[in-house]
Amino acid sequence: MSVDVNVKKKYSDFELDVSFSVTGSRIGILGASGCGKTLTLRAIAGLMHPDEGMIRLNERVVFDSSQKINIKPQKRNIGYLFQEYALFPNMTVKGNIEAGMLGSSSKDIDELLKKYGLWDVIDHRPDSLSGGQKQRCALLRMLVSDPQLILLDEPFSAMDAHLREKMRLELISILDGYDRTVILVSHDRDEIYQMCDHLVLMDNGKVIARGATEDVFKNPGTVAAARLTGCKNISAIVKMGDHNVRALAWNNIELETADVITEDITHIGIRAHDFIPQKTGKNAIRCQKTTVSRLPFEWYVTLDNGLWWKYPRQLGEPYSDSVVPPYISIEPDKIILLSD
Amino acid sequence: MDLFPLYNSLRIAFISTAVIFVIGIAAAWYVMRLPRAVKGILDCILTLPLVLPPTVVGYLLLRLLGPRRPVGAWFLSVFDTKLTMNWWSAIFSTSVVIFPLMYRTARGAFESFDLTLSDAGKTLGLGNAYIFFRVVMPFCSTGIIAGAVLSFARALGEYGATTMIAGYTPGKTATISTTVYQLWRTNNDALAFRWVLINIAISAVVLLVINCFETKRKRA
Repeated sequence: MSVDVNVKKKYSDFELDVSFSVTGSRIGILGASGCGKTLTLRAIAGLMHPDEGMIRLNERVVFDSSQKINIKPQKRNIGYLFQEYALFPNMTVKGNIEAGMLGSSSKDIDELLKKYGLWDVIDHRPDSLSGGQKQRCALLRMLVSDPQLILLDEPFSAMDAHLREKMRLELISILDGYDRTVILVSHDRDEIYQMCDHLVLMDNGKVIARGATEDVFKNPGTVAAARLTGCKNISAIVKMGDHNVRALAWNNIELETADVITEDITHIGIRAHDFIPQKTGKNAIRCQKTTVSRLPFEWYVTLDNGLWWKYPRQLGEPYSDSVVPPYISIEPDKIILLSD
Repeated sequence: MDLFPLYNSLRIAFISTAVIFVIGIAAAWYVMRLPRAVKGILDCILTLPLVLPPTVVGYLLLRLLGPRRPVGAWFLSVFDTKLTMNWWSAIFSTSVVIFPLMYRTARGAFESFDLTLSDAGKTLGLGNAYIFFRVVMPFCSTGIIAGAVLSFARALGEYGATTMIAGYTPGKTATISTTVYQLWRTNNDALAFRWVLINIAISAVVLLVINCFETKRKRA
């Protein structure tokens, strides 16, 4: 499905001004909390009335301020999975699902309840369900209303870490068996990367990057976008040649890049995982006065010039000087060119 | 002992509570979604009867409903009946006095309502009536019922405005509160005391019911 959004909304302390057009089956909106990603979702669903703009799903216009079109949320045929699930507390699991079915043709509800592992709690009220059961119940309630587009608002943020991984896989498998376009909003880049083929990056009410997920992660384009995709090392540069820069934030080390440095490039980024240990030659960086901290499966190494390096480790592997080699290097094609 | 005042008080309280239950809830739901400035002004007007002396309410009602006043005169000419000095005239006074109680408690209950629930209902394609009666009202039911019980108790005890608009006619407009005053005034102390005990008993039961709802709400 193609999703065209171009809306503005002014608040006293915040301004939403988003514009993007994506075609994909799994679209992610990634941004820090408070960047307006949930507001964007609410605008698409019709729960928030933008000051001006247009929203089009495939060829169907659901909102257009210039033509005074504003289709009610009831008629948009868009499913919305809320962050805290928003199950009706006065109804049982079955009652909730039946409420979702009111607007659609009847299906075999018992069969669905069994399939979603809710058969045993069919007469329970939401407050006695586990996090996973609540999510499945909300998901099923939404799916039985037969939406053309599914919106997921931070669907895993209310869960414990260990449950989150499991529910993510469960949700992916459910949605895979259900051929509908999904828009997922999250502040978790792993979640977006794992679940979405296309991606919109948002910062402070605006879209700062969009495209195929892999491309955006590889080439975020701007400093803010690079940060959002989890790039740890970002430095302002002075251009020395078409392929050579001096990195101001890292003790003025000189680096060679694969891509040509155009005039608009102001920064470079290096992902903390991309360094190669014990290699001298091109783009070698001397490891001096390093600080090493230990995570279960990774060494976090900070160099005296401010660079971060993440390096896999075995559980139980003790620290010795050999963990940090005298040099680490970065391949020229792993240096990300960024503009402000 | 003539039990008419008990019967009369109860029917007046029941009817006015039923009427105000609907009007109060509708007003609360409507006012809650108005812009802030309008809301503030309406809130003030609608709560006024709570702080005004009942005699002032009674006076204002008489200015409106009295047989020589606009509404009262019109009603008299059309239906050949006065709006005052009937047993049901007291429904006007009790309704005005208890309206703020119902309105305020319903407002409080609605304001604690989780709006994402109605959002969820909308995206599921549910109509506004369904959402209001099947999601909002059940969510707010304990608060609203407590408000209704409180209104009923207040209606049962109404004296000032009621005595002005319905007067005291034994066997016709007498309520418990007007009867107690009348009996005390005529030195019938023993009977007055009996009515006092009845009144205390009813009020105690009502407060017990409210307490039960409060504990239920806290536990939920």
